[in-house]
Amino acid sequence: MSIWSRITNAFRSEPLSREIDEELQSHIEEAVRQGRDPAEASRAFGSPLHQREASRDIRLAAWLDSLRSDAVFGWRQLMKRKATSAAAVLSLALAIGACTSAFRLIDAVLLRPLPVAHADRLYVLERLGTDPAGKPGSSDAWAYPSFQLMRAAVQGQAELIAVSYAEQGDLTYRTDQEMEKAEFQFVSGRMFDDFGLRPALGRLFTQNDDLKPGAHPYALLSYDYWARRFVRDPHVVGRTMRIGDTLYQIVGVGPEGFTGTETGTVIDIFLPAIMHPAAIHDDWTWMRTLAILRPGVAMEPVRARLDVTSRAFEAQRAKGFKGMTEESIREFLNHPLAMEPAASGASGLQQEYRDSLIAMGVLVMLVLLIACANVANLLTAQAASRAREMAMRVSIGAGRRRLMQLVLVESAWLALVSAALGGLFAWWSAPFVVSRINPPDNPVRLFLPADWRVFAFGTALTAVVTLLFGLAPALRASSVNPASALKGGSDPHARRRLMHTLIAVQAAFCFLVLFMAGLFGATFDRMSHQPTGFSADRVLALETVAHRNEAPVVWDQMAGHLRAVPGVESVALAGWPLLAGGSWNGFVSVNGAPPGPVMAYFLHVSPGWIETMKMPVLEGRDLRPNETFPGAALVNATFVKQFVRGESPIGKLFAKGSQGFQVVGVVADAPYESMHEPIPPVVYVPMQTVVGGALQPMRGATFMVRTASANPLAMASTLRRQVAQLRSDFRISKIRSQAELVRAQTVRERLLAMLGLFFAGVALLLAGIGLYGVLDYSVVQRRREIGIRMAIGARATHIARGVIANALLVVAAGAAAGLALGMASARSIASLLYQVKPTDLAMLALPTVLILAAALVAALPAVIRAVRIDPAATLRSE
Amino acid sequence: MSKTDSLQGSLDLLVLKILSRRPGLHGYAIMTAIKDRSGDVLRAEEGSLYPALHRMEEAGWIRARWITKENGRRSRIYDLTAAGTKQLDAEESRWQEVISAVDRVLRTV
Repeated sequence: MSIWSRITNAFRSEPLSREIDEELQSHIEEAVRQGRDPAEASRAFGSPLHQREASRDIRLAAWLDSLRSDAVFGWRQLMKRKATSAAAVLSLALAIGACTSAFRLIDAVLLRPLPVAHADRLYVLERLGTDPAGKPGSSDAWAYPSFQLMRAAVQGQAELIAVSYAEQGDLTYRTDQEMEKAEFQFVSGRMFDDFGLRPALGRLFTQNDDLKPGAHPYALLSYDYWARRFVRDPHVVGRTMRIGDTLYQIVGVGPEGFTGTETGTVIDIFLPAIMHPAAIHDDWTWMRTLAILRPGVAMEPVRARLDVTSRAFEAQRAKGFKGMTEESIREFLNHPLAMEPAASGASGLQQEYRDSLIAMGVLVMLVLLIACANVANLLTAQAASRAREMAMRVSIGAGRRRLMQLVLVESAWLALVSAALGGLFAWWSAPFVVSRINPPDNPVRLFLPADWRVFAFGTALTAVVTLLFGLAPALRASSVNPASALKGGSDPHARRRLMHTLIAVQAAFCFLVLFMAGLFGATFDRMSHQPTGFSADRVLALETVAHRNEAPVVWDQMAGHLRAVPGVESVALAGWPLLAGGSWNGFVSVNGAPPGPVMAYFLHVSPGWIETMKMPVLEGRDLRPNETFPGAALVNATFVKQFVRGESPIGKLFAKGSQGFQVVGVVADAPYESMHEPIPPVVYVPMQTVVGGALQPMRGATFMVRTASANPLAMASTLRRQVAQLRSDFRISKIRSQAELVRAQTVRERLLAMLGLFFAGVALLLAGIGLYGVLDYSVVQRRREIGIRMAIGARATHIARGVIANALLVVAAGAAAGLALGMASARSIASLLYQVKPTDLAMLALPTVLILAAALVAALPAVIRAVRIDPAATLRSE
Repeated sequence: MSKTDSLQGSLDLLVLKILSRRPGLHGYAIMTAIKDRSGDVLRAEEGSLYPALHRMEEAGWIRARWITKENGRRSRIYDLTAAGTKQLDAEESRWQEVISAVDRVLRTV
């Protein structure tokens, strides 16, 4: 009995009715058996139908029963109009799927808390400042000694954790012949305790692994890596691996699901932070600092404490700077410390893609709204043709709520089917988008589980969508006036007003989508066509390591050997390739003057490097083989502009700290680390480094190889073989083409442009379909009027103008609103744009033209239909 | 007019009471019992007895089952449940309260 039986009864309503009927029937039979007159007994009993309905309502959950019958009815309605339903479902599915997909990405990158204890009290320390262009920026890079001071300063109030930037490195398990790559991260040993983690195998690091530089050669595998590389081998603990010159012993395997704190990167091997070669350097910033606040501790006092400590550290360090002016030092120290919540981890991926993901979210939301407006229009037009049916229902006693339910259930069907299809779309598209943001050799690895968070989002979205497009038609259906509707004369203007409003909204959102897509497209275009100052085509970068330090002459021999390989045009050495992420900078003082606040960037290159890179020499000459570091230097044009103003730069002396340089040549500007930022002053210095009068041997360098073949990567294996042939203890750890590195710079822009273009197409298509539907409907509604006009001599052009003018006006109004919205919101996406101004006339004109063109195309069928109306036939049919 | 529902909300009480004395009655028998026991004063409107029975069934006070009679016809008979017995007690005492309250009013005014 009770609620459960009522719910089950709702699904067996036919048998239930029969059962009740049988009982009522047996009552009358009993009466007759007792000798009563059948007619009298029936009369005394009252209406059996009425009693049955009363009993039914008691014995089953009436709401469920009506819902069930509405669901059946709604489904039949949808199936009756397969074409329009399919169009509605497809557009909605696309929009819902895109939204869910965007949510999955945003959730995975920005929202989902790390699987650790106290994620809600986790912060990342940053220093605020301004970049050379004067824009506000922040840095989360810290030096280990500074971290140690800060950790001591806030002891008892917060736990500080050092986490290096994840880096892909080489390691060997047995011999150097079997070098492999893995993602390393140096972390504080106590991180695992602070995060409340338990080992899957062996032990984790503890604070005892944080004590002495170089004294804790232990490695911890991540669960993911253990499962992938060692197939969950339980005997892995105790094995050793060699990284660089250090032999590390595996002490354990981390817990399942914990992949480090750098969202977007799955760490393979954790190493103690104190083992990092830079841990003893106070001028080497190589790690993030995370803070876990103790419960009940306010953030601000901790932040202030950390700020003071960090400033004191930097001030101490600044005393070592030679010849800096007071102002430069003040500028240098003026970087207030901030604590940013890091519940979802801290990573470059988050920093780089936060704005993009939000912009993508906005785009798909707009597309969803456009799709909703479309379906609302569709349902409204259908409601018009069903006005009589609704009126009939009202007049035989259906309640308004019941009518609303009827229409909303139908909407819910649409939304549900769309959500199911959309779910499939999201299942496919989220990983697809992630695969698009993979820089070469360093794939983004994100966990995109389809768990309750995604499911809850999808469910909520479906409900909202149902209300968005279902509510207006439902309200309209329920407010039907039976008397006028049955006469066939309900007010068509009110309905048209609603539909026109929806069209205007669509046009506005469509404009926004096109506008944003245009900006992203132009950004990608400008970015990928921006001059790099060198020729990246046909150039390979061979990052090479030797088994031990080798004299520069050995490296030169290797370069010479590679030069002789057929298909190789030229070979040069460099510290690292341009645009590969390597960076080395410092303050320079020119002619003994105090260093300015602007940093110069440095790169080791060999003679011939500028020729291999095809970098134009503006003045002076290339480096010579006998020149060493410090000493001769090439500088770029920006360096001259920044530091040498007006004079001839050749022969100018400048210094970085105690190292002195003389400019021997000036080369064209080329981006150094990133194409997103303005080109900094760059100094190219010789590879050969002299310390204390002796040439320093080198452990690793990058061979830059210009090949004759259009596809340089085809030569990769040949070059690998050649290197191994000359010196078996030299190993190429990474081969990338310079063109690939340049392309990787525009990965984000390409992705945004691609998504923008796709959604712009979808938005335009949806808006076009919407407009077409509305115009078609209004022509059908007005065919009598049009017929009469034609009968009394109106010309076809006149009729056509009548049909289009109104719609175009609505679209134009919507587009204008979209333009205003676009201008208002453009500032928020400024960080994603490059050399494009939202106020550019072309940026505004393109969406306008596109929308109006689409509107005209969409209006065409309705116009043709209108002018083809045969007055005689129309008037006769009425 | 006396043939209309004169039970004034006491139908549940009467049905429960009758079923507590004579389990396994069908609807018609319950109706007859109300009529006979009250000396023809109280009459349930025949049709509306069934929604009431079904409501009590849903509430869990009575339980119904189908039996097949000797003439092959099925009929649905009702029994009191434990919850129904409790409900009967409650309804009875409530009824007594109402009666005595009405009585007091009649005497004092």
